[in-house]
Amino acid sequence: MTAEIGSDACFTNRIDPGVDELVVNVGPSHPSTHGVCRVIVHLDGEVVTKAEPVIGYLHRGIEKMAENRTYLQVVPLTDRLDYVGSMYANWAYCRAVERLAGIQVPERAEYLRVIVCEMQRIASHMMSLGSAAADTGAATMFIYAFDQRERVIEAFEELCGARLTYNYVRPGGVSFEIPEGWTERVLQFCRDHREGLEQMDRLFFGNVIAKDRMKHIGVLSPEDAVAWGASGPVARGSGVNWDMRKHDPYSVYPRFDFDVPTGSNGDCYDRARVRLFECYESCRIIEQAISQMHPGPIRTPGLPRLLAPRPGDAYDHIESARGALGVYLVSDGSVRPYRMKVRSPAFCNLALLPLLAEGHMLSDLVVILGSLDPVFGEVDR
Amino acid sequence: MSGLAWGALYGLAAGLVIAVAALIGVWGERKVAGRIQMRIGPQELGPFGLLQTLADTLKLVLKEDITPAAADVRIFRIAPLIVFAPIAMSFVIIPYASGFAPLDTSVGILFFMAVPAISVIGVLLAGWSSRNTYATIGGLRAAAQMISYELPRTLSILPFVLLAGSMRPLDIMDEWRWWWIPLTFIAFVVYFISSIAEVNRGPFDLPEAESELVAGYFADYSGIRWAIFMMAEYGGMVAAALFGAVFWFGGYLHLPGAFGVIMLIAMATLLAIGMIWVKWTFPRMRPDQLMGTAWKVLTPMALVQLVIIGVVIPWL
Repeated sequence: MTAEIGSDACFTNRIDPGVDELVVNVGPSHPSTHGVCRVIVHLDGEVVTKAEPVIGYLHRGIEKMAENRTYLQVVPLTDRLDYVGSMYANWAYCRAVERLAGIQVPERAEYLRVIVCEMQRIASHMMSLGSAAADTGAATMFIYAFDQRERVIEAFEELCGARLTYNYVRPGGVSFEIPEGWTERVLQFCRDHREGLEQMDRLFFGNVIAKDRMKHIGVLSPEDAVAWGASGPVARGSGVNWDMRKHDPYSVYPRFDFDVPTGSNGDCYDRARVRLFECYESCRIIEQAISQMHPGPIRTPGLPRLLAPRPGDAYDHIESARGALGVYLVSDGSVRPYRMKVRSPAFCNLALLPLLAEGHMLSDLVVILGSLDPVFGEVDR
Repeated sequence: MSGLAWGALYGLAAGLVIAVAALIGVWGERKVAGRIQMRIGPQELGPFGLLQTLADTLKLVLKEDITPAAADVRIFRIAPLIVFAPIAMSFVIIPYASGFAPLDTSVGILFFMAVPAISVIGVLLAGWSSRNTYATIGGLRAAAQMISYELPRTLSILPFVLLAGSMRPLDIMDEWRWWWIPLTFIAFVVYFISSIAEVNRGPFDLPEAESELVAGYFADYSGIRWAIFMMAEYGGMVAAALFGAVFWFGGYLHLPGAFGVIMLIAMATLLAIGMIWVKWTFPRMRPDQLMGTAWKVLTPMALVQLVIIGVVIPWL
């Protein structure tokens, strides 16, 4: 083809001469790609015939960088994986290190980890719900969700000084004891948050246009969800009852009474609503954890700064806001990991996009992408 | 010669009115949206931040006017004016005060329905001449949408033509009675919804759908040309609010002079705030749902309203 670049580029870029397909390049910089996702979309009119996600725009080589740092120095790197849910990556990595080195974590530290991770789940889901709403054009719901998120972030700032990359969960415990009066403020937040959730439920999920936009859009069958390795709210929205906190219990989760909300239709609406209901459950867990927590050490005493686990490997996973987040570590006996591999739920969930988007309209594509809730720090790593 | 002079004077006055209306419209939108979203909105420049829009406009005027290399230059440059001019023209037939409309014509209603419709050509040209896929999709969406909503909007005005027996706005104003309000309520709903769609505002802002089309048909526009599109949008909103206030709320309510004008502006402001409220509360519709609403819901509603009026008139 001899068409000069810049003149007719988008009109001559047809794949099949028999079908007038329009190829639209969405991203990597686009208002609703939730970061730096690029999607090559083939359109027949406004109907998506093929959507092809292109990833790697945020690849920083975190897994490789980990090989050149000591076990403690890797923790800040994990902050940058899922940057709207740093606590999870911290925790998943620390669990792998603790399993590798055989470290016992004090009970209070486990409770603190549960509390911050459930708060992180709320913060992450608020961002997801807000931006999913913004994808459908509901700008006000976005602000309401971020109002809730901001309160969690403020609590984290008070706890560890950072608003996004906390570096809070460390191998053997957590980095800081909670400040005075912090638990009362968190309990107050849990009470306020339930009201906020009800308000959002009425404002957005009860709206007839939001229902029209999200119901029966991007339907994921439970079989596909399992076959594609989907996890977290994406799988649970399809009715797959699979939550690491319940079905592969870790830490002190077996001591809490909570439910796993699941959807039934597997559409965007169910995926988003599952996130909303999970926030209620997170509030319940936080309240129980605060009432059960006792004073005590927050770090394993006598742990050396330079950990050198015996040669071997370890894998551990937790339930992050996006699904099953796993970290695999290999040690050669030195003070640095020989290899780190992150099993990223956002990556596995994003792989569903071509399957879900086909046959829907361009407007639905961004809604589907938003409902998968990918965070590209974790997808690209 | 005097006709031309009067025309120029009217043009100047209309331009000023629209500029001021658009400035206040933008400010009002930001303030109302701020309140809805637990924010304050602009407050630093001038009293209550009133001068913020002026500063923004100055900034836009000073910005570089970029024409994409691939664009069809002449059409690209003239498209914003084709969008804006008809909207500006629609202001002249509105009866602002008792016995005063800048353009007093016997086919005023037809004028208000027909002239702003020309701006769809500008939107289509803007989208097409940008040679940008997003802009093209936005332009095509806009054309389909604005033409579809033209029909229910026109039908929703017709009850007043039937009731007053005239297409001259001043005649309708003379005939206006308060019990027209309940009688034409269905038409009001149709008019309100289709006016929002007609000026491409949320929840019907598909042509410029930020989440998928970035900015739609004006994605490639910058500086003053972009500002002209914005002025057209807000001008369209103000015109729709004024027109709605004139017919459904009785306009100046037979009040004389300045009282009537204040009454009209107050009621138009209420309608405009309603439009802003709707935009900042609802999610955006999808193109197929949008067309369905126009053809399957609003048009039949408007026809039912016409039948009701037709049945009632002999008894009046």
